[in-house]
Amino acid sequence: MNLLNLLKIALKALNNNKLRCFLTMLGIIIGVASVITMLAIGQGSKNSIKEQISEMGSNMIMIHPGHMQRGGVRQSSDDMRSLEVADYEALATLPGVAAISPSVNSGGQLVNGNNNYPSTIYGITPDYLDIRKLKVKDGAMFSDHDIKSAAKVCVLGKTVVDNLFPNGDDPVGRVIRFGKIPLTVIGVLESKGTNSMGMDQDDVVLAPYTTVMKRILAIDYIQGIFASAVDEEQTDQTIDAITSMLRERHKIKPDAEDDFDIRSQQELSEMMNSTSDMMTVLLACIAGISLLVGGIGIMNIMYVSVTERTREIGLRMSIGARGIDILSQFLIEAVIISVSGGVIGIILGCLASWLVNLLAHWPVFIQAYSVVLSFAVCTITGVFFGWYPAKKAANLDPIEAIRYE
Amino acid sequence: MGDGKEIIRVEELRREFIVGGEKVKALRGVSFSIREGEFVTIMGTSGSGKSTLLNILGCLDTPTSGDYLLDGTSVRSMSKNQRAVTRNRKIGFVFQNYNLLPKTTAVENVELPLLYNPSVGARERRERAVEALKAVGLGSRLNHKSNQMSGGQQQRVAIARALVNDPVIILADEATGNLDTRTSFSILTLFQELHARGRTIIFVTHNPELAQYSSRNIVLRDGKVVADTRNASPASAREAYEALPADND
Repeated sequence: MNLLNLLKIALKALNNNKLRCFLTMLGIIIGVASVITMLAIGQGSKNSIKEQISEMGSNMIMIHPGHMQRGGVRQSSDDMRSLEVADYEALATLPGVAAISPSVNSGGQLVNGNNNYPSTIYGITPDYLDIRKLKVKDGAMFSDHDIKSAAKVCVLGKTVVDNLFPNGDDPVGRVIRFGKIPLTVIGVLESKGTNSMGMDQDDVVLAPYTTVMKRILAIDYIQGIFASAVDEEQTDQTIDAITSMLRERHKIKPDAEDDFDIRSQQELSEMMNSTSDMMTVLLACIAGISLLVGGIGIMNIMYVSVTERTREIGLRMSIGARGIDILSQFLIEAVIISVSGGVIGIILGCLASWLVNLLAHWPVFIQAYSVVLSFAVCTITGVFFGWYPAKKAANLDPIEAIRYE
Repeated sequence: MGDGKEIIRVEELRREFIVGGEKVKALRGVSFSIREGEFVTIMGTSGSGKSTLLNILGCLDTPTSGDYLLDGTSVRSMSKNQRAVTRNRKIGFVFQNYNLLPKTTAVENVELPLLYNPSVGARERRERAVEALKAVGLGSRLNHKSNQMSGGQQQRVAIARALVNDPVIILADEATGNLDTRTSFSILTLFQELHARGRTIIFVTHNPELAQYSSRNIVLRDGKVVADTRNASPASAREAYEALPADND
């Protein structure tokens, strides 16, 4: 008995009962379609959360001077002067670091003609744009040359522009003052809106860190370092590398505490991922249950089919079908039902995901693995739930089966 | 008629069943042999053991004791699967209620036994099925579905199905039991034609009238052979058929 003949026999039998075959399939179709759709919605929301986080800079690493005890008194980190420009320059050579910028900032009043506005000026390098995912919309970012020369230039955020140039004048090329220091506006940042904590991300003034250090604050240390790892997965390694380099540079004894503090966005990102992971698991469970119900539907129908076709089974046996032939036939029938139901379900699931995206504007993402998974599951379902009825059919006594009424 | 090769040999065949804790002896020592080219009717009332005998001859059942040689091989020692293969290659069954697959064409029904024989390819299968249907006079109804045919036609399809694997023996179980007299005679005529072409046929029936159309008649009663008579000049079923008043309704 070759497989092709068995396939032919099974197809023929299914063809004789199209409606029932379709109704049985429906269970699997709905099951698979819901698995695909649920996973697509789950993954879609996960992706969109990830995107939001990475907009903030998911691989961002922040280094600040740490708390340190001096004679038993804990000092505020603002008073620490443990980070130097040299630290920044050394860290820039680390292989896991994609972008790095020192950070010094100062609050102050910005003035343009009659308008003034209190804001914060950040002294940074152009790398800062990459780290915080900022873009210059009009004009240009300052250059490394501007940094070397501590040029009196700045790039403004949208909120600052709106307040200093309420008439809608083009700020690029204009000279504003930060306190007493005149700064030439050379660019305007693209608006980012408020972040998830409700902070206005457009209320910034960017300037070369040298300018802020020398001309505004008159300090020789830096207040912090912003860096970004090459990718999210390498963030932890990069943090370790930074830690050991800084400890070495600061000559910290092995048992002593760090005199700096490193934080990353990773923690936040992990927390949000675990929430959406839980949702995905929940959705997949619901979908899995419907697939199970579909499988039980197959078993039920195959059982009825075996009883109904007892005479046919008896006949097949009397003309030479072995038990294994009967078993294979019924098993193949079950698998055909479940696999074709699975294929239709996958198509339907993709369609439903697309509709969800179109109508409800939910982000969806269909992963290859969810398609492969549900296909595998429904094949296994077919074999698993088809096995018992098929076994029952194969074990029938041909003498009784052929005379069954 | 005793000159052909020995096809069936049963010796002291016994078959017992346990029904409700009681031992029922269906066959109590049956012995006979059937040679190639014989048309044997096995007759008996219900409870005579003829169905049990047919099941054993058809390799569907095995005797409790005694031996059964089919075409020279002992069936008793065969496994379940070996018996299935034997049924597929050496036996053609014709049942009282035809047992055709529903919603299936005549030619597909006839192809069925060959589907379980991997040595027969798709083309040969179709050719042999068509040939068998022509042999039973249904060459023009190859693609009629089983539920679109009359009882007589369905039984012809069933006979074609029994012929298609070129069996050493055709086992008919009350093959005319569900048919009216006229159709019965036409089916009987077909069996006689097949017999004339050298087929070996065992026809199990409870109807004593049919004995005159076979070449040999074995009568069973209470699990034993009570008569085994040869009929040198069987009556012609065709003549009987033609003698019937024509069906003008």
